[in-house]
Amino acid sequence: MANTQSMCTSFMGQLLNGGHQFGTITLVSRTSLTAPTADTFKAALYLASATLNASTTAYSATGEVTGTNYTAGGVTVTNATAPTATNSSATAGVAYWTPSASFVYTTVTLATAFDTVLLYNSTQNNTAVSVHTFGSQTITAGTFTLTMPSNTTTTALLRLATT
Amino acid sequence: MIVTTTKGDMDDSLLEKREGSLDNDNETTTWVEYWLDGELVHRSAHVTLKKMPAFAGAETASF
Repeated sequence: MANTQSMCTSFMGQLLNGGHQFGTITLVSRTSLTAPTADTFKAALYLASATLNASTTAYSATGEVTGTNYTAGGVTVTNATAPTATNSSATAGVAYWTPSASFVYTTVTLATAFDTVLLYNSTQNNTAVSVHTFGSQTITAGTFTLTMPSNTTTTALLRLATT
Repeated sequence: MIVTTTKGDMDDSLLEKREGSLDNDNETTTWVEYWLDGELVHRSAHVTLKKMPAFAGAETASF
């Protein structure tokens, strides 16, 4: 049993169908979305013994950490910066997005080792977005902070690119 | 400095402090622990993700 860091395949498919909306965009022929709002995303922590990977399709409490002051489902992601799309050449480009604040789990006790955070869309039926792994941790009456990478074409948390 | 512990808030002068760090291609991590009489009473960690690894499927896809 192990977690594998990956962008969830189901998420990529859902992107093509407009299933996620990280920022605001005015849409044509979607009357109810002419004053759009961004979806709400959340970040949940998972035990090192869990099996999250590219096949993960939605948030589940199975394998999620439990402990003092940790709420099932994790924390709400701060999303103040809309996705960016840019062309790197005539035939290639990259779209990217990074949460605009760290994920902070304050004064928690998480006694069983965890090594994974699942980013998921709580507005759209808790559909999975991506799985990120890190060195295994435990927390004792302390704070776990997960700081995001720089929001650039090469380091953003989520990047979709053509080659 | 007051530290939140499993025994309640305590002054750090009463505790043994241990720190550590990890740095690799995926993350930079630091942690701090406070011990009281051989018992771990506080542990916090700060993980900074560096980048989404190259396995992000769409990044290398050809169209």
